[in-house]
Amino acid sequence: MDFELDQDQEMLARTVADFAKNESPVERFRKLRDDDIGYDPAVWQKMGELGWLGVAFPESVGGYGGSFVECALVLENLAATLVPEPYLASVVLGGMTLLRAGNPEQHARYLTPMIEGETTLALASSEAQGRYDVSAIETAATPKGEGYEISGKKVWVLNGHNADHLIVSAKAPGGVTLFVVPREDEGVSVTVAKTIDGQKAAFIELDGVKVGEDARLGEEGAGASILDRTMDYAAAAAVAEGVGLASTMLNMTVEYLGTREQFGVKIGSFQALQHRAVDMYAETELLRSISMASMVRADEEDASTRRADVSAAKYQLATGGIWVAQQSLQLHGGIGVTDEHDIGLYFKRMYALNALFGDAEHHVARFCV
Amino acid sequence: MNLSFTEEEEAFRREVRAWIQDAMPADMRERAKGSGGFTPEDSATWHRILHEKGWVAPHWPKEFGGTGWDAARRFIFNEEMETSGAPQLSVFGLSMVGPLIISFGTDAQRKRFLPKILSAEEFWCQGYSEPGAGSDLASLRTTAEDAGDHFIVNGQKTWTSYAQYADWIFCLVRTDPNAKKQAGITFLLIDLKSPGIEVKPMQTLGHTPAFCDTFFDNVKVPKENVVGGVNQGWTMAKALLGHERTLLAMVGPCRNVLQKIKHIAATKLVDGRPMLEHPVWRAKIARLEMRFRAHLMVSYRALADQQKGKMPGPESSILKLVGTKLVQEMTELAMEIMGESSLTWYNEGVCMPIEESIGPYFCYERAATIYGGSNEIQRNVIAKMILQLPSS
Repeated sequence: MDFELDQDQEMLARTVADFAKNESPVERFRKLRDDDIGYDPAVWQKMGELGWLGVAFPESVGGYGGSFVECALVLENLAATLVPEPYLASVVLGGMTLLRAGNPEQHARYLTPMIEGETTLALASSEAQGRYDVSAIETAATPKGEGYEISGKKVWVLNGHNADHLIVSAKAPGGVTLFVVPREDEGVSVTVAKTIDGQKAAFIELDGVKVGEDARLGEEGAGASILDRTMDYAAAAAVAEGVGLASTMLNMTVEYLGTREQFGVKIGSFQALQHRAVDMYAETELLRSISMASMVRADEEDASTRRADVSAAKYQLATGGIWVAQQSLQLHGGIGVTDEHDIGLYFKRMYALNALFGDAEHHVARFCV
Repeated sequence: MNLSFTEEEEAFRREVRAWIQDAMPADMRERAKGSGGFTPEDSATWHRILHEKGWVAPHWPKEFGGTGWDAARRFIFNEEMETSGAPQLSVFGLSMVGPLIISFGTDAQRKRFLPKILSAEEFWCQGYSEPGAGSDLASLRTTAEDAGDHFIVNGQKTWTSYAQYADWIFCLVRTDPNAKKQAGITFLLIDLKSPGIEVKPMQTLGHTPAFCDTFFDNVKVPKENVVGGVNQGWTMAKALLGHERTLLAMVGPCRNVLQKIKHIAATKLVDGRPMLEHPVWRAKIARLEMRFRAHLMVSYRALADQQKGKMPGPESSILKLVGTKLVQEMTELAMEIMGESSLTWYNEGVCMPIEESIGPYFCYERAATIYGGSNEIQRNVIAKMILQLPSS
């Protein structure tokens, strides 16, 4: 048993942390949240050049042959300053789905350019009537000539407003099936929706979008099990990001308690606040520890072994992580509920992560007791 | 990162598991499956069986009777001991005063005391708290007056758990009344058969035989029974506290109660179906089990550090805080799941034997958030030592 990172992982984590601190402080996120895209394609490209987008992918598709742990490390460290580039949406949701569902030709066309930072991906899976159920979809893929015609409505597609390629789930005659659809194809209309955390997502309507057979990822009906795996990766990714948020919030709060004075003393000398801070520390360390398990187990083939830790981790984000976010706001007092102070931005991102890829009840229900 | 035990370690686990099942006397095995209501005599019997095998003190250095196992094997051994339902061994000798004597005692003390701790010829208890010195332990007032080659001890110790079964007590006593309060304390080993000692057992909430008051009236204690030097008692107490931190992570007890919860929930029916098949009850159990997994990972991190010969990281400071609360929540859920059966109090044949064990255990574990430094004191310490928050 070993929880330590190897040298390469250590180096990756440090490089990403330095980048976040020096090249993407929170002010950068603040500026970009008013931008149409919400992030900087040039920075995305740089991430590709640095190799960060390919850490978890095999060399055969242009990656670096690492594990999902590396992916999680990137996310955890980008979270420290709320770096807005669509790593989770493009690398985890889009990339991991493509990797598992696509053939070598599709990898070369859609995955490799993303790994190089030339393009981004988005996963269009959720629909308005569903709740964390990848099979509860009405979007239909009707066989037509040499290919299919896809029609339906997708909601909350992360990076859907800017992705070059969408991975769309649709019901084909053989069941839930995945297709690659260029965002700019005829029949695709995209409406941008702002999200609570200052980011953007898309509502996407597909109206008789024509795709060839070569746009289909894998066999008909293969989509649901692929997406189940993707959702486990995504949950583990969200938890890793949550660790970055929680530890940053804890640090900011402890620092505030050590500087803010009331009644002539530092407020961190009050026992009520000290005990709260200690409980925040405990919840953060619980989250960090179970996140380590979930990032390792996310690659595990056996579903029950994988889910035991991934669900436990996402549940700890929903309980402990959210609680840390709430308390960090509370202990900052009035300034914490202004948009001027950064703490609230982290708070809102934690809530966004909580709502994605299964909330507490979802993971409680599927955890095998 | 690698979160699995190695194949050799798993083989070791199987060996330990098989041995425990084989070595536990039949009547004890029956009780382990059911009520788990062990007497101190059961615990002593099990202690002797483990001693014969050479497995009673795996965490001691090999030269003093340890097994020479690495941290992972010791951890696995503890997990297997805890989940087997075997009686818990008395911790005061094996896990508290024994390791302290090994680290700070004289050779003569090691020769005199360690073998009898291992063989269960002598049991120990702890004399720390006093009626006026609980969380503020350093304000203790039991005195040890210098009388040449010995001390004369006077005072009262309380919560001296299992003193009525013990042969020896390790005490913190005041040897210098004029020094700053932490500086005048000495760690002293006292023979409970000495004239002037009176032990009065006290009923606990769970009616388990544990608490006592122990009174000292002009008790003569040879000076050779000081561990770590006169007026060095506070340093000894802090060293012992370090041992307790991982001891009180409650990983085993949590696992054990969780097993019982599932067993009861699989047996009791609601609307004709086992409780385990009802989403509401499944969710309650799942929530605790998921939190337990997170807690388990924190303790695994401490284990992995020890395995590498390093001090556990600062996160290990939360183990007592989180583990004791969690085991209480688990006993609370066990009570809830039993419904009306949670009323039962030391009956025979009224409920399932496993249910008979829950109520007293539920009461017993209310102490977990209090002993070993109350959880509020733990928070004070973490706030100061780890978060480095300003002192008031």
